[in-house]
Amino acid sequence: MKEIYLDAAASEVRAVAAGLLASGCRLTATFAEDRTAMEACFYVYYVFEQPGDPRYLLVRTPVAASRPVFPSLAAEIPAVNWQDREIQDWFGLTAEGHPNPRRVALHDNWPDVHPLRKTFSMDTVLPPLEGERHLFRPTLGEGVFQIPVGPIHAGIIEPGHFNFAVAGEPILYLQLRMFYVHKGIEKRFEQLSVNRAVYLAESISGDSSFSHGAAFCQAIEQAADAEIPERAKRMRTILLELERIYNHVADIGAIATDVGFVIANAHASRLREMILCENEELTGSRLLRGMVCPGGLRRDWQWDQVEHLSAVLRKFEREFSDLMRIIETSDSTRDRLERTGILHPEKARDLGIVGVAGRASGVNRDVRRDHPYAAYDSIALQVPVYQEGDVLRRLQVRVDEVRQSLGLIRSMIAGLQPGNARVALPPLPPDRCALAAVEGWRGEILHWIRTGPENRLERCKIKDPSLNNWPALVEAVQGNIVPDFPVINKSFNLSYSGTDR
Amino acid sequence: MFKILRKSAQTGLVTIRYPEAPAQVSKQFRGAPRFDFANWRDARLAAGVCPTEAISIREAGDTRQVAVDYGLCIYCGECAAADPAAVQMTQQFELAAADRRNLVVTAEYAVDQEGVQCELRRMHQGYRPEEANEKLARKVRDRIHRVLGRSLAIREVDAGSCNGCEVEITALNNPVYDIERLGIHFVASPRHADMLLVTGPVTRNMELALVKAYRATPDPKVVVAVGACGISGGIFGRNYATLGGVDQVLPVDVFIPGCPPRPHALLHGILLAVGQIEQKGTPQ
Repeated sequence: MKEIYLDAAASEVRAVAAGLLASGCRLTATFAEDRTAMEACFYVYYVFEQPGDPRYLLVRTPVAASRPVFPSLAAEIPAVNWQDREIQDWFGLTAEGHPNPRRVALHDNWPDVHPLRKTFSMDTVLPPLEGERHLFRPTLGEGVFQIPVGPIHAGIIEPGHFNFAVAGEPILYLQLRMFYVHKGIEKRFEQLSVNRAVYLAESISGDSSFSHGAAFCQAIEQAADAEIPERAKRMRTILLELERIYNHVADIGAIATDVGFVIANAHASRLREMILCENEELTGSRLLRGMVCPGGLRRDWQWDQVEHLSAVLRKFEREFSDLMRIIETSDSTRDRLERTGILHPEKARDLGIVGVAGRASGVNRDVRRDHPYAAYDSIALQVPVYQEGDVLRRLQVRVDEVRQSLGLIRSMIAGLQPGNARVALPPLPPDRCALAAVEGWRGEILHWIRTGPENRLERCKIKDPSLNNWPALVEAVQGNIVPDFPVINKSFNLSYSGTDR
Repeated sequence: MFKILRKSAQTGLVTIRYPEAPAQVSKQFRGAPRFDFANWRDARLAAGVCPTEAISIREAGDTRQVAVDYGLCIYCGECAAADPAAVQMTQQFELAAADRRNLVVTAEYAVDQEGVQCELRRMHQGYRPEEANEKLARKVRDRIHRVLGRSLAIREVDAGSCNGCEVEITALNNPVYDIERLGIHFVASPRHADMLLVTGPVTRNMELALVKAYRATPDPKVVVAVGACGISGGIFGRNYATLGGVDQVLPVDVFIPGCPPRPHALLHGILLAVGQIEQKGTPQ
């Protein structure tokens, strides 16, 4: 399913965007590429989702190297606030009209470098980083205190810095400083051959290894005009859903832990382990790594592996029902989760919140249904949507999706025909662009590539759903008490590595 | 309440007995690759597909030096698929080593005109420290083990990981691996810790936080580098945003290979660092 490109001059972008928004389109991502060596300009892309059309629409505008300024839509569409600032940081293009054009990806103590420009070498050794990393906005007033947290947090989680302003227990304002785990992934993609780059895609966010790997391979397949076999589509669908299940059940347990219901987490983490072990039976890796490849899957399954999967899922389903009965009949748990960390539907819509968090706040979107890939076009997916937007509903979306995923996998197994799990791809033609989308367990994952000569990439843009959703956390915690922050944060469970890349 | 108790009774005991009893792993599991160095004909096949350049080649005239670095390996199996005659995936995961050099195997071959390896001239597997150094090191180690060997508090530090290692480290707390049965627990502050368990290639942005966490950890302390990234930078390598491994910043006591290391491998490495288990070495 190919995307549509629409060229527009920088001066026309606002009018084009306004027209698209008026017709119900939604801006989901913005990014840039450096074509100064080939075409003497940069390109900035605005990725729109069209209502009722599975094809994404990319508005592309050239930006002259001599006047490195692009029209930022962040003032009208807060959803791209961070992404437009990223373009500034990575490429040194000025986001014209951005209401808050501060650095977002590069910390303030970085020198004036633009790592995704072609003239910037991957091996550049930056001087020691000294001085203030980020100036938080002052929050003043009688009895207002600031609580700095991080980058290293108390639990076994990823690093990032949170600055809370509180008056007594309630949180007035939360500011985030991310990009502590930025490791140059998008630049690294430009160095690796495509076959090696699959492994890099699997390391964008470890808990979404298969989703990111599959998105990357879809982009490559599309650039090569290749179709993967039916069996491979079904196998990918099964593995994507297994990834969703193991992460959702872990989150359900973690949410229970954060309101002090530890026994529920003991069962939930045992169930996650059950799926991780099954992942290994199916792929040789507990995180489903080393399985997906351009053209299909690296390893095919024997029938006994598929039967084993069916048996494990039957056991899982029984145990999952028991777990949910324990959680749902606990009044004190419900009391802590209901009306906690509310993200209002209109805010979710304005901020472009995707995935589980979006669906708990009235955003009726799911890439599997709206832009089908793998074998999702053969399924009528009922997307669970709630309006309340609290922790309980984010939990409930996960519960609904786990049950749905179990059914999905069963129907995939039922239709799994013998055949090839992989086709050989033709040589990758240079200078092709392709956009691939996958509904990872957190939400919409986008990979955009431009191919280069000799099986390499000129550019690989990664958008993890976490990048869209961090601002939702800021909104959801306001007015809640500090002790509820962990459970609110966990109910979003965003990937720092996926955000920071 | 009754429901909860009944579920617990129904579930029974799920905790494994590793390391007392051997680990039960799937037949499909990909552990370390084993190389048939004596009969290896052409290392270029495997080196050409390795995503992290864990298999590297240096050519000089009619000589080829091949180095296999288990600290860079991500256990993907590409090498075994490209050259099944010389490379086999094993189920070995107890790879943790106290010396980075113990994770590297080098072999020197004579090559013919076509670039085929015709003779294994020399091989170097692992590393033996000088006797005197070893004695001294052992004395220091023994002292640390006496202090930390019975109850161990770990502070986990993500210094740039993709969060894959965190998935597996978190699993150590589940009822199946139940790390607390071994007197080991994870703590919230480096000030309460005996061990720093560090993941990730160490990003420039986490460098300072990692050093501060190390300084805040009371002596005696041990540092364990986890995963291909923690050991060597892994697939990210060393670049403008990363330093290429924990030992670029801190003295590391034990390295645990894997991408990510499975929970058993983490347990093995942690116990190795406090002298409760022996080093196993790379596949022979």
